[in-house]
Amino acid sequence: MNPVTGGAFVLATVGKVILFFSVLMLAVMLATIFERKVCGFMQDRSGPNRVGPWGLLQVIADGLKNLLKEETMPAQAVRPFFLLAPVLGILPATILFAVIPFASPLPTQWGLVEMIVADVPIGFLYVLAIGSIGVYGVAMGGWASGSKYSLLGGLRGSAQMVSYEVALALSLVPLILLTGDVRAPEIVSMQQTFTAGPATYATWFMFPLLVGLFFFFVSGLAETNRLPFDLPEAEAELITGYHTEYSAMKFSMFMIGEFAHVITVAALVTVFFLGGWDIPFWQGDNIRVLSDGTVIGEPTWWKTLLTLGAFGVKTSLLVLVFVWIRWTLPRFRYDQLMDLGWKFMLEAVTVYILVIAFVILGIEAVGIPAGGWYAFVLFLVNLALAGVLFFAMDRGTLIRGGAKGAKPAGGDAGEGQGG
Amino acid sequence: MPGDVKVVERPRAESSYVRAAAKGMSITMRHLLSPNKKTQQYPDEKWELAPRTRGTHRMAVHEDGRAKCVACGLCPTVCPVNCIKLVPAEDESGERYAAIYEIDEFRCIFCGYCQEVCPVEAIHLGVHYENAEYSRERWVYDLERLVEQEHDVTALWDPQDPASQ
Repeated sequence: MNPVTGGAFVLATVGKVILFFSVLMLAVMLATIFERKVCGFMQDRSGPNRVGPWGLLQVIADGLKNLLKEETMPAQAVRPFFLLAPVLGILPATILFAVIPFASPLPTQWGLVEMIVADVPIGFLYVLAIGSIGVYGVAMGGWASGSKYSLLGGLRGSAQMVSYEVALALSLVPLILLTGDVRAPEIVSMQQTFTAGPATYATWFMFPLLVGLFFFFVSGLAETNRLPFDLPEAEAELITGYHTEYSAMKFSMFMIGEFAHVITVAALVTVFFLGGWDIPFWQGDNIRVLSDGTVIGEPTWWKTLLTLGAFGVKTSLLVLVFVWIRWTLPRFRYDQLMDLGWKFMLEAVTVYILVIAFVILGIEAVGIPAGGWYAFVLFLVNLALAGVLFFAMDRGTLIRGGAKGAKPAGGDAGEGQGG
Repeated sequence: MPGDVKVVERPRAESSYVRAAAKGMSITMRHLLSPNKKTQQYPDEKWELAPRTRGTHRMAVHEDGRAKCVACGLCPTVCPVNCIKLVPAEDESGERYAAIYEIDEFRCIFCGYCQEVCPVEAIHLGVHYENAEYSRERWVYDLERLVEQEHDVTALWDPQDPASQ
């Protein structure tokens, strides 16, 4: 069975766009109630439980409230940019979803429909490019509000997101070294086991690229502006920073953008490191579409549904981790944040790329073919690196804000703690 | 370092970020999974009030339904915030009664002096607090409304320990 072409392809794509956008928006709604429930439970409360069963309709009540509330605009705001910022906040997170494969391909009578909105050849380079646009919503919202607090939030946001962009991009380089391809469906296939076709690694990349997962996840946290990296919002210091001056639906759009971003990052981690829609310990779902149109494996509609479920479960678990971290860890101090980004993450990721590159070179010199053993050797190397990383970070020498060797009076105000 | 700030070199175990973070994460996860939630589902589950809770006033009545108040004027005198309005009157048999008796619950600080000073144990504070209203006028309780209240009256002292020892 060949992939769909022509008019059927256009129709299928339009259908997928509508379907996945609705699913994403629904997921965002559920994520808001999920976050409030989880944080309530963590604090021994019961969370929202008044509207509908288990408080599930609370999201609808909130949405209605936000639609009906008064839209305010400060007199000193710059109107066009003030209106544009929430759109730019929500846009990148939603269009990022276009390159994420959700499930195994669906066979129809017109051909095979891949469960990805746009299988662009530049794959996750698109992710990095679009992800960077997210900073405009924050910076523009902060600046156009005409408020000092918002401006500070916007400035912090842009500095932070630009800084962690670097680590985010670099943490995916080992992935390219391993897969030799940037297309998301190909990355998913590379993590599955096949008896025919080009060689794959037969294991989720979270094992051979354990440390890479850590770096990607931390940078992803910083990209989504959530705790412990929520410096742009920082209720206590900046009165929620860049969206202080926003009200009603415009404020709500920033929130939707944030949750969509969280879901998107969780989905990206799933695709890159947790095998995408792959169901573990079961070979029946391993379906691969090669670039010349050949299909390996047997796609069926129920496999599509099952793999969609697997993808959903993995993504939800990662969203839970996001929420879990948010309600546990305190916020970084601003200088610690910048130190972590530029003085630690950047160097560590660069070294990591070098180490992985050399190990791959070594493995290929020894002559181990791509596959399980190849991944196992990399896994051992990563375990060792994770140990080093843990030791270095645990000794509290890397992410503290000064103390030892700190400059005397006149240096940064916050120094002297941590040591 | 500004001035003579002493920098304490903490031991490694104390300055451990990863271990501390992991410990925090385990604590929150334990609370997430624990079924023991502390939230009181308020309108469904009410507080259990102590017998000496001082809340909304209540006027005691004789068996025939008349208010016990003899309009002696002690409670408006003792009231520290002047929230009691009393206009005394006399009936045909020469007994004094309150022609107007109003308590502004908005102004009241629920000190309980009125109950303490009352010679005939007519005015009482009550074990009751849900007295929200839609207008300020409704917060001024007249005699009729004070008589209508049905909640328990406040105990001024613990019957087992009257001298608070």
